[in-house]
Amino acid sequence: MRRTAGLLLLFCCTVARGEIPKMGPLAQPKRADQAGLPHELTAAVTPADNPTTPDKVALGQKLFFDGRLSADGTVACATCHDPAKGFTDGKPTAVGIGKQVGHRNAPTILDALYNDTQFWDGRARTLEDQAKLPITNKIEMGMPNLDAAVASVAKVPEYQTAFQRIFGRPINGDDLARALAAYERTQVAFDSPFDRFLGGDENAMDAAARRGWATFNGRGRCMSCHGVNGTRPTFSDDKFHNIGVSAHKQNFVELARKGLQLIDSGNARAVDDAALQTDMSELGRFLVTKQAHDVGAFKTSTLRNVLVTGPYFHDGSQETLWDVLDHYNKGGVQNPFLDGGIQRLGLSEGEIDDLVAFLAALTSDSYAAIGKKELARQRALSRTKRPQRDVAAALGKKAQGAGFQGPFGDAMPPQTLRNPSTIGGR
Amino acid sequence: MAPKHKSVETRFMEARDEALRALRGLDRRSFLKVAAASAGAVLARGLLPPHAFQLVNVAYADPAQPGWSFAYISDTHLYEKKLNERFVRAVLKAVDDVNALSPQPDFVLFGGDLAQLGKPEELAMGRDILKEVKAPVKMMVGEHDWFLDLGEHWKSMFGPVNYSFDHKGVHVVVLMSVVERDFWTARKMTPLERMQTVAGLDNGTQSRFEVGEEGRAWLKGDLAKVAHTTPLLVFSHSPLYKYYRDWNFWTEDADEVQAILKPYAHVTVVHGHTHQLLSNRIGNIHFHGMLSTAWPWPYAPTGLPPLTVMMNRADPFDQFDGTGDGRVVMHADGVADKIYNLWDRNPVTVRASFLASNGARDKPMATKLVTY
Repeated sequence: MRRTAGLLLLFCCTVARGEIPKMGPLAQPKRADQAGLPHELTAAVTPADNPTTPDKVALGQKLFFDGRLSADGTVACATCHDPAKGFTDGKPTAVGIGKQVGHRNAPTILDALYNDTQFWDGRARTLEDQAKLPITNKIEMGMPNLDAAVASVAKVPEYQTAFQRIFGRPINGDDLARALAAYERTQVAFDSPFDRFLGGDENAMDAAARRGWATFNGRGRCMSCHGVNGTRPTFSDDKFHNIGVSAHKQNFVELARKGLQLIDSGNARAVDDAALQTDMSELGRFLVTKQAHDVGAFKTSTLRNVLVTGPYFHDGSQETLWDVLDHYNKGGVQNPFLDGGIQRLGLSEGEIDDLVAFLAALTSDSYAAIGKKELARQRALSRTKRPQRDVAAALGKKAQGAGFQGPFGDAMPPQTLRNPSTIGGR
Repeated sequence: MAPKHKSVETRFMEARDEALRALRGLDRRSFLKVAAASAGAVLARGLLPPHAFQLVNVAYADPAQPGWSFAYISDTHLYEKKLNERFVRAVLKAVDDVNALSPQPDFVLFGGDLAQLGKPEELAMGRDILKEVKAPVKMMVGEHDWFLDLGEHWKSMFGPVNYSFDHKGVHVVVLMSVVERDFWTARKMTPLERMQTVAGLDNGTQSRFEVGEEGRAWLKGDLAKVAHTTPLLVFSHSPLYKYYRDWNFWTEDADEVQAILKPYAHVTVVHGHTHQLLSNRIGNIHFHGMLSTAWPWPYAPTGLPPLTVMMNRADPFDQFDGTGDGRVVMHADGVADKIYNLWDRNPVTVRASFLASNGARDKPMATKLVTY
């Protein structure tokens, strides 16, 4: 029996190994002389018990592409985090073993070392913690437990010697995660035109991108969550916001109420169970904190290399950056849990085009060619297909009260650009 | 020696550490007891914020049985529709919140300042929005509703400004506390100028808020037939104590009003106007501020009651940060727990036992925004 299973496993591996992306040049550790690389911060986010060494990185890189970490040998980390696709998979939501489709979009590994928390809902603190979870996730890599993954890897003599050499002990789950995390920490991306622009080369970004940068910090209000500075160099505040993406789904409010009821009943575990068995995954950060204000909230993602890491949002529901900006421009999709920072923006077509140009300027040099092609593809799509576009809502000429009941749901008055504090008088 | 000033963040971390220490100190048996009691005591959302480390807050293991609850929406400051949609959006959110409460509150108190400048169309819009509330709504007047026409429209829509009723053994009083002495006639102000002067928080031209002689006489008369053992619940727009004079976070005749309330065993005052987490206790009287749906005020430079658990600075980019609505759970023994339902933060429960013990027991978790 055991022998049959073993043979079956071997068979699966041979058949499916081809689906795991190849380790191309883009998989290599990134150069340390990138224009904007924050060296001190990088050192600060590297744990003391897992220093980044070339040996360990090489081991982690090998493991990253190894299907043996999955139950049937068909899925490696690289399956969903393909270096050729900006360490994502280009699919709306991740696909795991047995072609099972997950609920969330595979986020990029690039610059993930700087995240305060990992996963869309922040349920893991470090890359080490994160690395273990997809391995044992039923619909991702499907191992019954981490020990099974360790046993699978330990069958390979080269791994045995490598682990012994690097960690000074036999293979174990924690070291497995450490090796993967060490490799991931080499995937830094700070060599974009924007980084050179900040470095003083005014012509590194074209005029459209420069106008987009102004809009980004001004009328677009993008920087209120996607701010960039020395301590947060990845265009993310590392917080969780309900920006009205979950509310695309018809039953979101109903699901949210159900989740809150489970909490109110005093049985927080019931929510965890429901999250696995139902589409409550749409409740996002709430599943971690069990707090009402986190319903439908997901982590602000990095904008570096955003052009090559689509489709967008936690559910991969938007195909182009134009769709993303249309979503924000109309003030998201109203729902009772919408973040207070999400307001209609009233951006013009020109401003949206400029913002896309700016976002495109956040593409690393190594992805420049892929990015150019992708930008052309998205632009072409955007000229004919704009599913999220709602000019009337964006300009405040139409009420958007879908989430609200009652007569005022459709009678939201237009917003004035006048500062309300000047109306009261002194 | 500990430093004199501790930031909100420091105090939050201290509270958390204390809770975690308590967790380590519990043996298995008492942990199970605490956990089971806590889970069982969760009657409604917000009553027990479900932090893992709050399960061990031992006071929660033995809560007085809640008798009933009411919710509030306060300080909506509605402008004419064509001027501002943000505050409309906020009150709609609050209405949605209270309608989603399960079990439903016995009533919903509106805490005053429905309108921004007391205009009929502002008041009418507020009235129409509040019609969507499923539970009965009890109205209270604020200075923003009043000083355009000295309450003419408000009273025609919502009735008298001082009134009382009995509810499940509690005597509930709604008291107008934003009377101001005439500062306008001598200055020949138009009604709108008068309103705009009052609407300026720190406009020193105006007088201080007071219940006034007439209001105090009404209160005395109303309470004349109420036994001193009956729990009192008093709603006022301004705090019925002296917090900060320059902003009218203040009632000029607070001492006289407190004297009227003094003979009663349990008095809970719930007030609007201050738009912030605010708790105080003076003798037998517990005071709770209400959140605004429109915006949070900063804390005043002086006079903050020491029992207040402050919230830290609101995120200026987030319309809903520092704002919200809330609930009050009235216990059978006449004391009240106040729940602040902050929209973009964790809820905060200020228990009666916290105020009664002068802060020694049941210290609420400080509200904290994730660090910038």
